[in-house]
Amino acid sequence: MSENEQPSPEEMQKIQYQQMVMKTKPKPPLLRNVAGAFIIGGTICTFGQALINFYKSVGLAKPEAGAATSATLVFIAAVLTGLGIYDSIAKYAGAGTIVPITGFANSIVAPALEFRREGMVFGVGQKMFTLAGPVLAFGFVSAWLVGLIYYLFS
Amino acid sequence: MAVNKKMGKQTIAFHNPPVIIGASSIVGPKEGQGPLGKEFDTVLPDTLVGEQTWEKAERKMLKTSCEMAVQKAKLTLQDIDFMMAGDLLNQLISANFTARDLGVPFIGLYGACSTMFEGLALGSMLVDGGYANHILTAASSHYDTAERQFRFPTEMGVQRPPTAQWTVTGAGAAVLASGGKGPAITHVTIGKVIDLGISDANDMGSAMAPAAADTLIQHFKDTGRKPSDYDLIFTGDLASIGRALTEQMVKQAGFDISKNYTDCGVLIFDSARDTHAGGSGCGCSAVVLAGYLLKQLTAGVYKRILGVGTGALLSTTSSLQGESIPGIAHAVVIEGYKLGGN
Amino acid sequence: MDYLKAFVVGGGICVIGQLLMDLTNHKITPAHILVGFVTGGVVLSGLGLYQPVVDFAGAGATVPLPGFGHLLAQGAIEGAKTKGILGAFGGGLEASAVGVAAAVIFGYLVATVFTPRGE
Repeated sequence: MSENEQPSPEEMQKIQYQQMVMKTKPKPPLLRNVAGAFIIGGTICTFGQALINFYKSVGLAKPEAGAATSATLVFIAAVLTGLGIYDSIAKYAGAGTIVPITGFANSIVAPALEFRREGMVFGVGQKMFTLAGPVLAFGFVSAWLVGLIYYLFS
Repeated sequence: MAVNKKMGKQTIAFHNPPVIIGASSIVGPKEGQGPLGKEFDTVLPDTLVGEQTWEKAERKMLKTSCEMAVQKAKLTLQDIDFMMAGDLLNQLISANFTARDLGVPFIGLYGACSTMFEGLALGSMLVDGGYANHILTAASSHYDTAERQFRFPTEMGVQRPPTAQWTVTGAGAAVLASGGKGPAITHVTIGKVIDLGISDANDMGSAMAPAAADTLIQHFKDTGRKPSDYDLIFTGDLASIGRALTEQMVKQAGFDISKNYTDCGVLIFDSARDTHAGGSGCGCSAVVLAGYLLKQLTAGVYKRILGVGTGALLSTTSSLQGESIPGIAHAVVIEGYKLGGN
Repeated sequence: MDYLKAFVVGGGICVIGQLLMDLTNHKITPAHILVGFVTGGVVLSGLGLYQPVVDFAGAGATVPLPGFGHLLAQGAIEGAKTKGILGAFGGGLEASAVGVAAAVIFGYLVATVFTPRGE
């Protein structure tokens, strides 16, 4: 690398090409995607609210009603993934099916299902955590840090 | 004997153009519903074809396609001197395992999606050089095996961006011979690996287009030909965005290919297939060439075509480590007028 | 009324995820969204910023992944409060145990019962 500040011809070519690509390639249909995410994500949350209200009405306390709601949503998402329906909805929903807890369930079932032909241990057992593993790792570590900070400073 | 067959910097002109005496194509159901559906030899009813795994299904396609090509060439596997094949899966398991079953001397190739053209180029050199009489060259890809190796599991709820391409489920094979009836390969241009810094694995067309453009430009320079010397110029699997970029880059170098240029990834799917930018994979250019374009040559619709197989040379490791995607492209000139020739 | 709030806030959180993916040319993948939203929920909750959202929107805040992070963080804080340092380790897991276990158990069962369909 020389010390002069001009980018080398190779770098110039790369920059020019990337500008050309940006101009040529279609943008994601942002408005449609956002609408899809909002409506489907919102619907899942509304359904969750209905579940909470239902579980409360049958006498569960607030935290238990929340846990039962999560479990129910997770169950539905797992079955829909198994039936091959979840990814068809996700095509329109985008983040609307990733961000709710159902997306977490989908991220467990999808690889587990896909790799079941590699066996129960190294296929299903191992691959189910390919996406969920990082989520749990980051979640647990950061929550532990929050608890630790609370413990040290209160 | 020391005749120089090399032309310019990267091109080879054959003295006795090898003849494609048999070719076959097998595709999955989605490809079968596409605009070229009727052209393929076999359209499979599903992507598993009675096998336990998708990997086995891909092998079955590749094997059947090889056997069919040999049969169409009116040969037996014993007549094949060397088989040259490849696919997208790690360690070339489709091609290697197929070669195990066929029992033919085998050279495994990896050129990502350019493999069919790499095979045609190398096979032609062996035939023209007198090292072989019959070469079997083949390539395959399968949506489900490729998708889970390179991207997300298929049931994962992922929205595909408009630049995404759909890996073709299909296998194509061709038999090259030193003589006989059929379209002949007259020139090949071996491409360089080119990388202009695209790292989006959902945008393979943009990653490969510079390689395709470079090979095309070099081919025109080496041979002194113009785009209009060809009835059709086609690339392997750049799809709609890569095609547009290639056209622009070749134009900047002074060659206008806009009138007679297309891409196999654009030909194989229409918008009703909902594949976004178009098709990709080793199988894409292999089946479009073997199933459709060679037939057009035989029928006399085209007399001389220039095909450029394109490959994206990434791995899951290189992607995760943030490397950009290098591309490769090999050009092959196929002429139809040698029908029944020498 | 609580349904409308859940819809708007829940949908809104999803829209943030959608914008993050679309506006970064998909450099942010669904995997990043999963990890980032849970961790983000933990951080916001630790700072005391997520509880008000939950109070306002109910399921609109607890069903999206930051709600899962909120559960983890509040569990850890609660644990630290009642059981000290060991509680900081166990609290998050205890609070989220049902959801996590359900995901793992149903995930495993579904994967063994169904066959992958492909395409």
